[in-house]
Amino acid sequence: MSTSTAGRFVGQSVKRREDPRLVTGHGRYVDDVVLPGMLHCTFVRSDVARGRIVRVDTEAAVALDGVTAVLTAADLNPHAGEMQPTLLLATPGAPLRPLADGDVRFVGEPIVLIIASSRYVAEDAADLVEVEIDTDPAVIDVEHALDEGVPIVHPELGTNLGAEMEFPIAPELEALLAGDNVVRRTFRQHRHTPVPMETRGVVVEYEPSVGELHAWMSTQNPHEAKQAMARVTGVPAHLVRVEGHDVGGGFGQKFFTPREELTVTLAARRLGRTLKWIEDRRENLIASNHARADVAECTFALDADGRLLGTYIDHIEDAGAFPVGATGGAGALVGLLFTGPYKCALASLRTRAVWTNTCGRGAYRGPWMFETVAREQMVDAAARQIGMDPLEWRRRNVIPTAELPYTLPTGLPLDMVSPSETLEQAAEIIGYDAFRAEQRRVFTEEGRLLGIGLGLYVEPSTGMMDPMGTETAVVRVNPNGQVTVALGTGAHGQGIETTMAQVVAEELGIEYDDVTIVQGDSAVTAYGRGTGGSGTAVIAGNSCRNACAVVRAKAIEIAAHVMEAAPDDLEIVDARIAVRGTPTRSVAWSEVARIAHLETARLPEGMEVGLEATATFKAPPFSWSNACHACTVEIDRATGVVSILRYVVSEDCGVMINPMIVEGQVAGGVVQGIGGTLYEHFVYDDDGNPLTTTFMDYLLPTATEVPTIEYGHVETPSPTPGGHKGMGEGGAIGSPPAIFNAVADALALVGAIIDRTPLTPDTILDAIETQA
Amino acid sequence: MLPVEMTVNGERRRGAVDARRTLADYLREECALTGTHLGCEHGVCGACTVLLDGEAVRACLMFAVQADGAAVTTIEGLGGPDGALSPVQDAFREEHGLQCGFCTPGFVVSVTALLQENPKPSETEIREALSGNLCRCTGYQGIIGAVKRAADAR
Repeated sequence: MSTSTAGRFVGQSVKRREDPRLVTGHGRYVDDVVLPGMLHCTFVRSDVARGRIVRVDTEAAVALDGVTAVLTAADLNPHAGEMQPTLLLATPGAPLRPLADGDVRFVGEPIVLIIASSRYVAEDAADLVEVEIDTDPAVIDVEHALDEGVPIVHPELGTNLGAEMEFPIAPELEALLAGDNVVRRTFRQHRHTPVPMETRGVVVEYEPSVGELHAWMSTQNPHEAKQAMARVTGVPAHLVRVEGHDVGGGFGQKFFTPREELTVTLAARRLGRTLKWIEDRRENLIASNHARADVAECTFALDADGRLLGTYIDHIEDAGAFPVGATGGAGALVGLLFTGPYKCALASLRTRAVWTNTCGRGAYRGPWMFETVAREQMVDAAARQIGMDPLEWRRRNVIPTAELPYTLPTGLPLDMVSPSETLEQAAEIIGYDAFRAEQRRVFTEEGRLLGIGLGLYVEPSTGMMDPMGTETAVVRVNPNGQVTVALGTGAHGQGIETTMAQVVAEELGIEYDDVTIVQGDSAVTAYGRGTGGSGTAVIAGNSCRNACAVVRAKAIEIAAHVMEAAPDDLEIVDARIAVRGTPTRSVAWSEVARIAHLETARLPEGMEVGLEATATFKAPPFSWSNACHACTVEIDRATGVVSILRYVVSEDCGVMINPMIVEGQVAGGVVQGIGGTLYEHFVYDDDGNPLTTTFMDYLLPTATEVPTIEYGHVETPSPTPGGHKGMGEGGAIGSPPAIFNAVADALALVGAIIDRTPLTPDTILDAIETQA
Repeated sequence: MLPVEMTVNGERRRGAVDARRTLADYLREECALTGTHLGCEHGVCGACTVLLDGEAVRACLMFAVQADGAAVTTIEGLGGPDGALSPVQDAFREEHGLQCGFCTPGFVVSVTALLQENPKPSETEIREALSGNLCRCTGYQGIIGAVKRAADAR
């Protein structure tokens, strides 16, 4: 079992195998799939947040040339099976339905599905559908959604409280929280949305005489999509096949199978036709799952030296009307992880997911990340309140490596992490002390506002619940020795075809170019967890290792037999199985593979023909990774514009498989955090009308806004065989509070205070003017 | 239907299209050149960028008939016939300038046009030139590196 941190392939920045097809335009995304007889879909959606559907007139649309069908709730809903996109997260959830039936519950809710010969005709038909809705008052403000007399989003449920978790407050904590030495703040994080560059989409083929349902879908999770499609259509799961191929980003939005994909699948099953639905950008912005949208009142109780004694967080997440996956994002984890990398004996929490007449919440890169946002912003607020530098506060409170394992006050066991080391490394790289001196100088001499901010976190990745922690790999050696590996993952930019080939080549001692990864297809891979939740390196990587161990042992046994050597004396080096210390006594890997398949008389007595293995890996509940983000900003006092001067990430994801890809993941997450903190804001008016429905209004960061990101690496191997840890989400977890804290630090020079995002120029100017 | 004739990646194409058919849909559906991607269909994301007589344009904002008589180069037309990568394509691979790859054709075409016009752009010029293309995966780090590498290789 290899745990060396820089092997022949593991630990190397191998260039990605995916790239040649993608840089030449030869990827195959869902909209590139064209099938004979394929028809095109579009939805007519509600333009009202809450109301009763009085009339839906489809006559003119039906009459249009090229229109095959115009389906309403009456046509589809009675035939729908279970609409829950996943049974993984057993929360009661919203009353899901394919098409709005009787009422509408957010702007963008699908009411009519149009099927036509082309997208152009389908959209013409959509314009001809008349929908009359009697508007009712909508529930938009999550902070008042539980008030007396507020309308109920889902009348079937009778309450706007979707989920709640509360820990009792121990008397010692209660006493602390009521004491004098407390810091209390309420932080608000605004609504934003994942925005993969490829919108969602699906092509579904169902031919009744065949009875098989075959879908091509932009998904992170082909196996869960397959199960969901089987449940909603009644087609047996073994007759459903879902292929992903190239997927243009997901960030959580494509982890579960949303309503539109299931509705189109149901329609294909009912009509026996091949249907394509490609979401447009407006639909993606208004009706694909939203994220963030949290508010929490936080309390820290400190001792006289600023040490953290106890915490309380009262958190509300806006679940929207129809969340995708769970009831909310991950409120439970927000509460459980609130104390993060700091020593703290006592903690309690309440977290609630609340329904509103807005687009449903869903997974987005670190769905629970508000624990880090709220905590890290609290840390700086607490440090400022007691007159201590935020770096010093963190040094004083961070869990020292020597005190690991450490049990968080909520009971979670933390181990194999390095928050203290990453804190110091980030402070060192960014030159914290020198910046402080410069900050004071330019403020005193020139009145300029510079700030520095830190974001320190620990991230629980991998196997918290079934089957999120399990993956199965099939490692199949072909008769010529080249290897095909099948994985149930759903890559969407992570380079899994590259990294998993690195792992397998390393483990088998063969060439990287002789390993191919097949994934993203439910028919040719074993059931798998999909790609998300920072899981692939640990879970898929170790399932590959486990399968390789079986294959390698068998190959060595064959080699020992043909060479008349003891298996224990053999090793695999550069695709040859050789007697250790006597490399001249060897047999080629390819020869062993040939014997296993084609010259079976030479196999040891009773050995099964062939050379392949299927193996699973069940991850431990937690494979913690950690990082510290540090950034410096300047605020233009005249315009309120924030410029990021430097951005540093010191991270510990254990053993890196491919450092180039690790840094790429970090950078992508950081820039999503920059966008989310400074620019991206999904806005509803008071009536629930979305106001940011194009890229002219919903502002993504471009190359002109982002800094050059600097990296530091600390390597604390995880206890799993490869020593890897999950890291795909972390960039988006640490960056929002680091930026917020840097801005808050700069504003503190003039006594201005911020408590919410986004940090738009108006927000900054308001804060400065309020203080003045 | 209106007659349209253009050269696409060096091949002459003649046919009739609906007046409202976008150039992007024409390239993707009639020419089966699916490397031109649609990320927003309102001219912001740049994923559909193609060269029209050497100039970078957004294929979602043009009708096919407006390209009548023009020479169009798509992402598929930039590399060598044997699958060899162009210097810009190669630089994107070397610098990890892509992850999911959906925005990549638009970036590669835009950068190709940039370097034809300005072979040695400064970092500021690179960032400004890229500001019409959106990437959600890379944080632009590898893309900026790729442009520098491609410029250095010229």
